Amino acid sequence: MKVLRSINITIRRREHVPRIFELLIPVCSAVVGLVVCALIFLLQGIDPIYAYSEIYRYSLGGPIQVSNVIRVMIPLILCATGLILVFRAGVWNIGAEGQILIGAIVATGVALFVLQGNTNSALFIFSMITLGFIFGGLWALIPAILKAKLDVNEIITTLMMNYIAAYILQYLVYGPWKGKKTFGFPITDEIPPQAHFPLIPGTLIHIPTLILAICSIVFVFFVMTQTTLGYEIKVFGSNPDAAKYAGISKTKVILITMFISGGLAGVAGAGEIGGVHHRLIYNPWSISANYGFTAIIVAFLARLNPIGIIPAAFLMAILIVGTRALQITFNLPVGVINVFNGSILITMVSMEFFRHYRIVIRRSE
Amino acid sequence: MCENYEVAVLMKNITKRFHNIVANDRITFDVKVGEIHALLGENGAGKTTLMNILFGHYRPDEGEIYVYGRKVKISCPRDAIKLGIMMIHQHPLLVENLSVLENIALLYGIHDSLGLLLSPRKLRDKLTDMIEKYNLKIDLDAKVWQLSASQKQQVELLKALVYDSKILILDEPTSILTPIEKEWLFSFIRKMKRDGKSVIFITHKLEEAISISDRITVLRRGRVVGTLNSSETSVQELARLMIGEEGLRNERIVSIQKRADGDLDNKRIVLEVSDLSVLDDRGSPAVRGVSFEVYEGEIFGIIGVSGNGQTELVEAITGLRKVQKGRIRIDSQDVTNRGPRYIQSLGVAHIPEHRIKHGIVSELSVAENLVLKVYRKPPFCKGPYLNSKEISRWARELISEFSIVTPNEKIPVGQLSGGNIQRVIVAREVSMKPKLLIAAYPTHGLDIAATRFVREILKSEKDRGCAVLLVSNDIDEVLELCDRIAVMYEGRILKIISAEEATKEKIGLLMSGVDTIEGAQIDQHYH
Ligand SMILES: Nc1ncnc2c1ncn2[C@@H]1O[C@H](COP(=O)(O)OP(=O)(O)OP(=O)(O)O)[C@@H](O)[C@H]1O
Ligand SMILES: [Mg+2]
Repeated sequence: MKVLRSINITIRRREHVPRIFELLIPVCSAVVGLVVCALIFLLQGIDPIYAYSEIYRYSLGGPIQVSNVIRVMIPLILCATGLILVFRAGVWNIGAEGQILIGAIVATGVALFVLQGNTNSALFIFSMITLGFIFGGLWALIPAILKAKLDVNEIITTLMMNYIAAYILQYLVYGPWKGKKTFGFPITDEIPPQAHFPLIPGTLIHIPTLILAICSIVFVFFVMTQTTLGYEIKVFGSNPDAAKYAGISKTKVILITMFISGGLAGVAGAGEIGGVHHRLIYNPWSISANYGFTAIIVAFLARLNPIGIIPAAFLMAILIVGTRALQITFNLPVGVINVFNGSILITMVSMEFFRHYRIVIRRSE
Repeated sequence: MCENYEVAVLMKNITKRFHNIVANDRITFDVKVGEIHALLGENGAGKTTLMNILFGHYRPDEGEIYVYGRKVKISCPRDAIKLGIMMIHQHPLLVENLSVLENIALLYGIHDSLGLLLSPRKLRDKLTDMIEKYNLKIDLDAKVWQLSASQKQQVELLKALVYDSKILILDEPTSILTPIEKEWLFSFIRKMKRDGKSVIFITHKLEEAISISDRITVLRRGRVVGTLNSSETSVQELARLMIGEEGLRNERIVSIQKRADGDLDNKRIVLEVSDLSVLDDRGSPAVRGVSFEVYEGEIFGIIGVSGNGQTELVEAITGLRKVQKGRIRIDSQDVTNRGPRYIQSLGVAHIPEHRIKHGIVSELSVAENLVLKVYRKPPFCKGPYLNSKEISRWARELISEFSIVTPNEKIPVGQLSGGNIQRVIVAREVSMKPKLLIAAYPTHGLDIAATRFVREILKSEKDRGCAVLLVSNDIDEVLELCDRIAVMYEGRILKIISAEEATKEKIGLLMSGVDTIEGAQIDQHYH
């Protein structure tokens, strides 16, 4: 005779988190994201295998395509390395998007109005990048000071400041900075050719920013492992009470990490102007292109570890480039890439749960 | 159902390994119905681990567990609670921003006989009954952060009562309690026993184990070295079992000498607190006009029932809390309302009351925790760069000097046993060679050998010329160590007495607010 058994599901806390999880979580999240997107393609009546092969073709199908992917990786890496620094300190900067815009605005302003008539290309590039860094950093300092001194929630302020940056940009292109040679279009004039960032010949990759992106990874790795600042960031990020007890300045940690993070995003913005667009356009989001938000995903896919940044940025760049092409060929809604980002993020957050717990299904008599 | 069995819990041949450490090595342990069973052992002996296995936090690598004669598999705390087991941890796990009632309502599976969730009113009535029956001293509507350590513990006890637990595990419940609170807890435990419940009681205090328990099991390095009847054993026998013959031979004999040097006139004042007033988290006065000095080369004790302003006083001196009124001077420099970093730089070390909250960063390694106060000084850093080699070397040195039990200096400090975490903190603070050492309850959670070790350290710091401010609620400790003793009550220092005039009775009375000289209840002055 068969005995009826009920199934008992319990959640157990893991005693050890296997090291392999550090790799497994991002990989699984990416796979789940891909599966969810496949479903969306199906709903749109597109064969997902065909869609993915198209994504592959447009992103990795040839040297030009690959160079385009690398071009997209540059701002992603710059923003994500900065975000690792702030996130490790337990500060949630959601404002990289706006910090990119500030960098772009400053770089354009410098190239169009400040260095007018100058011919030295190096001077242009140097000042666009340096001022992009400084102003991106200063922009991020506003929410940082509010948090450090008045305990204002930085998630809200950094997010809101994205819109302020976007409106400043729009004001400029519709108003004082509107181009004289643009037939009334709300865009600025093109920056002079000597302000264009040099490209790797035969590609679209702008060199100065590429170098800085790689340097930023090394820099953050070095800061986190070898410096007292990195130590303070770790202590403050994991136990603010102990940080206070140890005499670590909360203000210092918040301001420095936010300044660097905003600055790197600002450099990314300068790079988009000097290396890609060469002018400001009326739609701010077409310059920042969601890189600031996607960088959050990159930072988490990398598990806040600078070493993971390159593969994570590579994956996201492939998807950005691929889906941009798909949007055109299949006439897909712009939101596809967002759906993809969203499903990766959700999977990662839920995988975080499985990192610490496991579900046990038992039959109980 | 349980009346049919004599043995409530039987743990048989339990083995538990962490990486390469064997925390429990074939342990067999049983608790009878209606028995109070004490679990003894040095720091890191495996007591907490064994109880975490019984409560389902960890699963044993080998071994079996029987509850009321039935073989069970306990894979999570929920299973344990269903079996009638409840564990009260060294550090209570409560939601600080919620009220006591809300914290209890959060528990899963509280329902009436029909299996329906209790309405808030019914739950409140039920809890009120229990509070009355067991004489708990908590207000259901108070927020948890407003409660004292002892009251938080009572909330945990209330949880056990709500679940109607039959087997209660208490992990070092007395280390945070004052003598009076301890008496209360003991009477609570005896009441549980009378109701036919079993209590497992982890402690480091041997007299305590003998006085409260029926039987005692002693663990040493993960193994059971004996189970004895409490009525037939002695402190000496237990100590020998715990430490082992070889351990005893290595023990230094501690001589308690009363200090004769009464004249402080030609000594330098290191810490001077005058007319200090400090608010607590709720914004009500916690320290009310306290004045005292600590001289170089003396141990100045502050004793009192916890929650009488000691915590706030220490936090004010170390720069962690704002001073409302009054002055603090260190080495005749005014440090009132200066930050912790500045105060540290004057040579002030601090063994904090809340170890896990303030004292360590659990995720960081033992080595990183050992340099928490010195990482910005050479040789641990060169300019902005850390010198990891030097940090590891220093950590290994402290680990051996302070006998911190850890596989190496690289593992997260959160994986150490409670007592070893405390050793990490003591090692770090004392190794700073401070001018002023502020030690809040430095021996809480330490085993006998380590307690003796820390007391020796305090004495040698004093001999080195350091000024030591010892905050404690252990009268014996204060009498053994201090040159002068201040008794704190309701935010004031009732009296400062010198070691020669101090007696246990005098201090005990002062701690409860009675000044023996005037014979009057101090309380009345305040109303
Ligand atoms: N989660 C863990 N991971 C790794 N090692 C652990 C873990 N928990 C405990 N240990 C190790 O197991 C040993 C026993 O620890 P346990 O906490 O049981 O000691 P204890 O007897 O409770 O000591 P104490 O009196 O100091 O609290 C220790 O060496 C400790 O470092
Ligand atoms: Mg323990």
